[in-house]
Amino acid sequence: MSTLEYEEYSSEWTRPTVFYNRWVKRLVYLAVAVFIAWNVWAARISAERLQYGIGQVDFLFGAMWPPDFGISVSGGELVTGRRFSRIVEKMLETLAMSIVATVVGVLVSLPVAVMAAENLAPRPVYYVARAIITVTRSIHELIVGIVFVIGFGFGAFAGVLALVSATPGFFAKLLAEDLEDIDQSRLDAIRATGAGPLGVILYGVVPQVLPRMIGLTIYRWDINLRASTILGIVGAGGIGATLNTAFNTYEYDFGAAVLLVIIAVVVVGEVVSSWARGRVQ
Amino acid sequence: MTAADDTAPGEWERFDTKRRLLRFGLVLVVLGATVASWRALDVRYVYIETAPENIADLFGRMYPPDAAYAGEIVDPMIQTINIAVIGTVLALLLAAPVAYISARNTTPNRATHALGTVIVAGSRSIHSLIWGLVFVIVFGTGVLAGILAVAFRSIGFIAKLLSEEIEEIDAAATEAIRATGGSELDVLIYGILPQIKPALAGISVYRWDINVREATITGFVGAGGIGVELQNSIGAFRWDAVLTILIAILIVVVASESISAYVRRKVR
Amino acid sequence: MLSVTDLEKVYEGGERALRGVSFEIAANDIVAIIGPSGAGKSTLIECINRLTEPTSGTVQLDGTELTALSSRELRRARREIGMVFQEYALVERLTAMENVLSGRLGYVSSWRAFRRKFPSEDIQRAYATLDRVGLAGHEDDRVDELSGGQRQRVGIARAVLQQPKIILADEPTSSLDPETSRAVLELLTEIAAEEKIPVTINIHEVPLARAHADRIIGLSDGRIVFDGLPDDLDERAMDTIYRNGSTEETGGDDRQPRHFEAQID
Repeated sequence: MSTLEYEEYSSEWTRPTVFYNRWVKRLVYLAVAVFIAWNVWAARISAERLQYGIGQVDFLFGAMWPPDFGISVSGGELVTGRRFSRIVEKMLETLAMSIVATVVGVLVSLPVAVMAAENLAPRPVYYVARAIITVTRSIHELIVGIVFVIGFGFGAFAGVLALVSATPGFFAKLLAEDLEDIDQSRLDAIRATGAGPLGVILYGVVPQVLPRMIGLTIYRWDINLRASTILGIVGAGGIGATLNTAFNTYEYDFGAAVLLVIIAVVVVGEVVSSWARGRVQ
Repeated sequence: MTAADDTAPGEWERFDTKRRLLRFGLVLVVLGATVASWRALDVRYVYIETAPENIADLFGRMYPPDAAYAGEIVDPMIQTINIAVIGTVLALLLAAPVAYISARNTTPNRATHALGTVIVAGSRSIHSLIWGLVFVIVFGTGVLAGILAVAFRSIGFIAKLLSEEIEEIDAAATEAIRATGGSELDVLIYGILPQIKPALAGISVYRWDINVREATITGFVGAGGIGVELQNSIGAFRWDAVLTILIAILIVVVASESISAYVRRKVR
Repeated sequence: MLSVTDLEKVYEGGERALRGVSFEIAANDIVAIIGPSGAGKSTLIECINRLTEPTSGTVQLDGTELTALSSRELRRARREIGMVFQEYALVERLTAMENVLSGRLGYVSSWRAFRRKFPSEDIQRAYATLDRVGLAGHEDDRVDELSGGQRQRVGIARAVLQQPKIILADEPTSSLDPETSRAVLELLTEIAAEEKIPVTINIHEVPLARAHADRIIGLSDGRIVFDGLPDDLDERAMDTIYRNGSTEETGGDDRQPRHFEAQID
């Protein structure tokens, strides 16, 4: 049917690879496969453990259902019990922690952000700020929380400190990137009026990054709210403690209720945060 | 700022006043919430006064780090990496079909799309530590609970980003594959997969990097990794050992972050 | 032979894109379908291989009624219908060779397709076709590195590699500049003639249609209003197609047709 003379053409073709050559590609794939296989081997997960657990799932769901929010109906009236007030009280604490930690954390992070902007800070200061960012990003806020809880016996205050300490790694890092992108000519214009460094930052820098700053603050609050719900697991305040206790004392129906409330609050927080950020930008 | 652009000159003044009032009100609300929150927390001012001193004192007790202890944390650290790697791989396997049904252009019908959305939201709004709590009850303490905790937390993250990537693919190219007589599987592997491959690689290593950090804390609920060791050392007030662990975590996290950044730069 | 009978398409919104279209295409014919935007040209092409499902009517290709096939049978039938698209519709991140070979996807297993292990004859043909469309040496180039004209050549090569019974081309030159358009259309019609594949081209530029087609079908508002040789496409016919006008209106007005002549340059 075809008149194209094709027999004289090569009958082999292999896909070009993004690696240097096919052997490098195979080596990389092999290395990744071996690495994953080694991980699986090193984790030593036994089949019995898996089997045992799958049997437990049924039990756990049974024990969690129905969740007990501490609300009951008696004589046509809603009666709230001890469990209900516990959830409300601890959830308010969680919310308060997230708000205080956001405000303090942002205040602490602002100077770090300026110091971490290549175009605004002198070299040595820049490196110090980058080190602060790297360390606060790498050490999980829960680790900071547990250190404060056991080191000083703080409750919710330890949680707030933990969240504050984790803020520069997020807030200062992202804000510094925006600071590096600002329009230099406007800064020069303000410098030309004889303004000092603080004046330059207040009148030249802040107006350019203010919407972004507000957006990041709201975003950080969302993250802090999520984190506040679990800090209690290590004793650093908030509803996490209630969840932990419920599970440890086999009150699974109460635990399920707390869990559902946490999910609801986190989802609402995310919706509020993304709505507010949309309004700012 | 933009008010001047989209209102008539005559209305400008009034609109700006309204805006200003709104802003002022918002600032007041935020301030009020902050003050109320602060009072609700009932923080004792003694704490704040003595906090810098206390923290300095704590660092004093931590320094110098216990170098001899470094050998003992190799195994827990390996566990942490195990949790992150297997957790991410497992999450990828579980997230791929979720992404497929979450993306508007590949989901079979409305019910599957809704199911995908629910799985994504559920997975994302439960922190890995809470997943850890649950899985420790089910599987007992150890690495397995940690792996599942990290995996279940990651499913939503990976599926969400991946489905967004699938929604952005060139529909004409997949249509063309259908037009040559290719099956839906051919469309997937020849039309969709090549288009999302770089994103898939990027998202995987990015999540793995996040999971290394997550796996340092799963131990606090008994779900394996360096967190177990850390909690024990803190509980025993072995502060010099704590610092050793913190330095080790810093090294591992920074190293995995560099690897992740390198791979993401390469796969563009 | 392709025969289309009473094809109708009503979109979900109620828009009637095709209102009883019937025509036949004999072997080796190069047929251009012309008409204003919204006349139903693309719908017609897509209804032939059922990328768009026709509301009623039949499409037969060499005696097989495409409109009656199950989805599995339709896949088999589609292997024998090559298609060239307006925005190329190539997988941009794959190489030219992979895109050309995708014309054989209906014949190899998905597993082989995944590993890019195509039969050696397919590969030889792919090389030969790439050479024929002027892309020898470009087989390892990723499609997103190619120019528009080169991409459409890859698109043509993919359709040719299917060794189809017919090629459907949906506005194959709409994303190209005039010079490239001419070259690409020339290539498509030449190859079709060499390979003895009939081609149905849905095209906007009337001069290109006149220059390359053996036969022209004029579509207006979902109906065939002209079907004849390029030489028969006079001003009156153009008016009927493009202005939906009746013959008497053409009388003194010679401005409008000139507008179309201007597109030749």
